Amino acid sequence: MDAAHHPMGPHDAGPSVGPAMTGMEWIALDVVVVLLLGVGALGYALGLWAARGRSLWPLRRTLLWYAGIGCAVAGVLGPVAQAAHTSFTAHMLGHLLLGMIAPLLMVLGAPITLTMRALPTVAARRVSRILRSAGVRGLTHPMVAATLNAGGLWLLYTTELFQLMHASAAVYALVHLHLFAAGYLFTASVIGPDPDPHRASMRVRSAVLVLFIAAHSVLAKWLYAHPPQGVEPADGRAGAQLMYYGGDVVDITLIVLLFAGWYAATRPRTSRVPQVSPFHQHETRGAERD
Amino acid sequence: MSRHSRAQLDRRVVLSGVLFGSGIAASMIDLFIFHLALQWHHFYDLSTTEVALTADGFFHAFGWFITIWGLFLLADLRRRTAVPWRRWGGAVITGVGFFQLLDGVVSHKVLGIHQIRYGVDLLLYDAIWIGSGLVLLFVGLFMLRRARSHDVAV
Repeated sequence: MDAAHHPMGPHDAGPSVGPAMTGMEWIALDVVVVLLLGVGALGYALGLWAARGRSLWPLRRTLLWYAGIGCAVAGVLGPVAQAAHTSFTAHMLGHLLLGMIAPLLMVLGAPITLTMRALPTVAARRVSRILRSAGVRGLTHPMVAATLNAGGLWLLYTTELFQLMHASAAVYALVHLHLFAAGYLFTASVIGPDPDPHRASMRVRSAVLVLFIAAHSVLAKWLYAHPPQGVEPADGRAGAQLMYYGGDVVDITLIVLLFAGWYAATRPRTSRVPQVSPFHQHETRGAERD
Repeated sequence: MSRHSRAQLDRRVVLSGVLFGSGIAASMIDLFIFHLALQWHHFYDLSTTEVALTADGFFHAFGWFITIWGLFLLADLRRRTAVPWRRWGGAVITGVGFFQLLDGVVSHKVLGIHQIRYGVDLLLYDAIWIGSGLVLLFVGLFMLRRARSHDVAV
């Protein structure tokens, strides 16, 4: 943690950006990003097409998925990503988009459910077997996913990784891939509508979510006082506050969705309210129903 | 889930109110009135120890979590019973008072996360903060006592 205790002289203006910023490796990085997100966008469309004969797929899921892809694009390509190489605040906006907002929207797009509908039975069973495997089970435990998510952020901002990332396209790619993947895993493990054969209990998910929010806000306040090397104090403070309040908006949404799942799953059974209300097309949310 | 007994529903009314009251005191009153409107506190006063910073993070996370938890419990009660609003209101005021007291004593004085206002003599501010917390707590408890569980309809 002490790595960032450093004098912040006026000579340190702007992150130390390598001269190779426009070099081949950075162009290759953009190409990889376009390809990956293109696969996400096309894959979902293909799934919709393959499952067109089945029951109606909720339009909001499709809209959420593509809004998520849009946020991920905005986080890593275009003006925000360009500015992120010199401005810490822009960097934080990019991270908020790629690591929190895009994963939340895309998780709500329920891509696994769509995949299962789109695939023939045999292949869908194979996917289901993979989901039940020990590896997936471990990775999608909320505590593991939260550690990967918050731990990655702590590593990035309290070690040399932040400088390394701006100097090497490969490190930059890995950091951002991790940011998105960990954000997705965490969100899915806590509030995901997709089937999760080993969904943790409401208690575990609640505790992990509170821990994660605490870790996120502590890191944001810590960054306010200790911006990464090379970041101007004013820029560092603006970025830290964006992380704090922007993170809050997403975190509060996560808490609401967590309880909305609980609310739907604990519907009183003695009342005359029909069990499946047309207004609550919630997919199985796991443990509470049992 | 089986039918809830009257006592269980009443406990849930009180829990919902206390959680919501403590939650809004922690998450919203502090943020909107003292940080944003009056600007007495700042985002972070840079004088905090790491222990206090961690405690502050947990206060923050819990504040929002229990606010929303309290509201969903209330929504759950509404679909099960006629909510005794006075008792719920008493529980909310109890919660606000409880958190105000906790915040005034533990986070301002014991941990020193932040002070109420800077550049002024704090004694009066602390006395009013902690005193108002006590008053709210007693008013809330009194309201809870007066609106006993008899008006919970199952």
